[in-house]
Amino acid sequence: MLEIENLHVKVDGKEILKGIDLHIRAGEFHAIMGPNGSGKSTLSYALAGREGYEITEGAVRFRGQDLTAMNVDERAAAGLFLAFQYPIEIPGVTTMTFLKTALNAQRKARGEDELDAVRFLKLVREKAKPLNVSDDMLRRALNVGFSGGEKKRAEVLQMALLEPALAVLDETDSGLDIDALKTVAAGVNALRSPERAMLVITHYQRLLDYIVPDMVHVLSGGRIVKTGGKDLAHELEKTGYAAYGADAA
Amino acid sequence: MVAVRETVKTVGEVEKYKYGFTTDIESDKAPLGLTEETVRFISAKKNEPDWLLEWRLSAFRRWLTMDEPKWAKVSYPPIDFQDAYYYAAPKQSAKLNSLDEVDPKLLETYKKLGIPLTEQKMLAGVAVDAVFDSVSVVTTFKEKLREVGVIFCPMSEAVRDHPELVKKYLGSVVPTSDNFYATLNSAVFSEGSFVYIPEGVRCPMELSTYFRINEKQTGQFERTLIIAEKGSYVSYLEGCTAPQRDENQLHAAVVELVALDDAEIKYSTVQNWYPGDEDGKGGIYNFVTKRGDCRGVNSKISWTQVETGSAITWKYPSCILRGDNSRGEFYSIAISNGRQQVDSGTKMIHLGRNTSSRIISKGISAGRSSNTYRGLVSVHRKAENVRNFTQCDSLLIGDRCSAHTVPYIETKNPTAVLEHEATTSKISDDQLFYCMQRGIGEEEAVALIVNGFCRDVLQQLPMEFAVEAQKLVGISLEGSVG
Repeated sequence: MLEIENLHVKVDGKEILKGIDLHIRAGEFHAIMGPNGSGKSTLSYALAGREGYEITEGAVRFRGQDLTAMNVDERAAAGLFLAFQYPIEIPGVTTMTFLKTALNAQRKARGEDELDAVRFLKLVREKAKPLNVSDDMLRRALNVGFSGGEKKRAEVLQMALLEPALAVLDETDSGLDIDALKTVAAGVNALRSPERAMLVITHYQRLLDYIVPDMVHVLSGGRIVKTGGKDLAHELEKTGYAAYGADAA
Repeated sequence: MVAVRETVKTVGEVEKYKYGFTTDIESDKAPLGLTEETVRFISAKKNEPDWLLEWRLSAFRRWLTMDEPKWAKVSYPPIDFQDAYYYAAPKQSAKLNSLDEVDPKLLETYKKLGIPLTEQKMLAGVAVDAVFDSVSVVTTFKEKLREVGVIFCPMSEAVRDHPELVKKYLGSVVPTSDNFYATLNSAVFSEGSFVYIPEGVRCPMELSTYFRINEKQTGQFERTLIIAEKGSYVSYLEGCTAPQRDENQLHAAVVELVALDDAEIKYSTVQNWYPGDEDGKGGIYNFVTKRGDCRGVNSKISWTQVETGSAITWKYPSCILRGDNSRGEFYSIAISNGRQQVDSGTKMIHLGRNTSSRIISKGISAGRSSNTYRGLVSVHRKAENVRNFTQCDSLLIGDRCSAHTVPYIETKNPTAVLEHEATTSKISDDQLFYCMQRGIGEEEAVALIVNGFCRDVLQQLPMEFAVEAQKLVGISLEGSVG
């Protein structure tokens, strides 16, 4: 589903990713771990197409298409979802309105018919329930005044609604207490399917106890320095990242 | 600079007079320029009684002694007041046969605004099928209003049929001496609306609906007078989300509202006059004086406006809070793009006791435009227990536009509680990226974010216009990002 080949990415004139190779197939669950500054967020932003993240070399193919040739919103409609580490506030725009606009925009781009208010409301409530997202939260402006847990649950709700083919979860566990973490993990696990792939980016091994990966990659100094199974995460817990060389950035 | 503009080709050509002065009132246009004769010409054309002619003339003579105000934060080439026509007969009836003859760009805007097909025809000057029962719809409305005694007619009709009312209230809120443009309007006003709601009556429908069915008279010097008797209520909407062009560049309207005891007037405006080309040339100047007098105890007047058009917008819908416990409200969205200039705001003058006012102003600047909020909250010495809440927020899009806030707060009474909040923000790249990552296109994202910004004001609009206004907000910001 996702083929990254020799990806080099520059940010503000500085090279952060120095040749990433990564293959993710449908149904697979990959985790990327690494110290601060290793380029984890850079990878997720570069995949999403954020301005300022310049691909200087390499290729990215998503479901057979050249991802780098597509706009941010085109990539989304093609099935790419990024769960933000720090979800953005949009004052005056209710969560409900935002969800509807996003879903219908994607459906329109794919030539599907848009959902009317009634069908949409039903769908949202269905998806919101297991995540403990209340009607009240849906009526509030998106992420404005939301607690850390509420923000992350809202991200997972969006994911559940938009049903992406590839979900990139950028430090989804940051700022969460154990209970919130369990709820979010349950939500993410509920979205596992043979047609869907996930890329979880995280510092800490803890999340991976709940969202168990098929493969773990260690990112350090802009390169993937080791790949292994889920046990690699436990090893890292013991040895720390220094064992993989803190690269001179 | 020529103050005369060409009408949009789709609404037909209007002939320009080349020859000099004539006293022939059969002609449907006053000769170029403004002299005492012009004023007489206008008054005669309308068969006005002597008292009104004298009223106009005294305004005109005063106008000659006045200077144009220069304190607003707008700049424009000097206006040659002699190089304009001050009277033209009402627009001819439809000249086109089908929508196919209409400028496709205009049609596209109508479509984006969600304007129904038959209304599109009316707006563009296309003949409407006899089958369409526009006539009967209008008749039904007229009947409903007549049943409850509501008077809603053109100003000229009111002068003829209800002179005692007009005489009593005209100029009582905006006197002929008020300001340069109001004085000019008093001399040459040609059309406008007169609304009278009898005691205890709640006007059975929003007077906006009525307007949309009727072919609206787009006058350059409109004069509107609304009187709400004791215990009455009316909601009135002027303007149109559809883009409006006019051959006259200068629009100087005057709107006077009078609310007596326990009465309420809700006045909404949606303005989308032609803003000029990319260089800002040829757009309409909208210099308006609007004022509401809360004369009665417990009276209430609220102004809601969505201003997206005009090259220059210069207006301060205001409230005089005379009656004890009266309340004034001002809700505004002013969008400027391209090279538009806006200097707009409100004045809340607290004279009575326990009066309150609420101001929510949202200014959005994009392109190379300039957007100024200018407001006054004034509390008279004898006004006890006044409350005011003001919130003015500016949103900047892009890095070449500007937003300014000029708030004046004057109080001569120590019991007043006046709150003022102001914010200035930009649409952040983060917000846009977030929206786009969810599949929302860039322009739709801007519209979404801006509508969120304007929510408090949009909620004040009459329902059917709130939806159109949201779309209009999106359209006015097209091309503003990037």
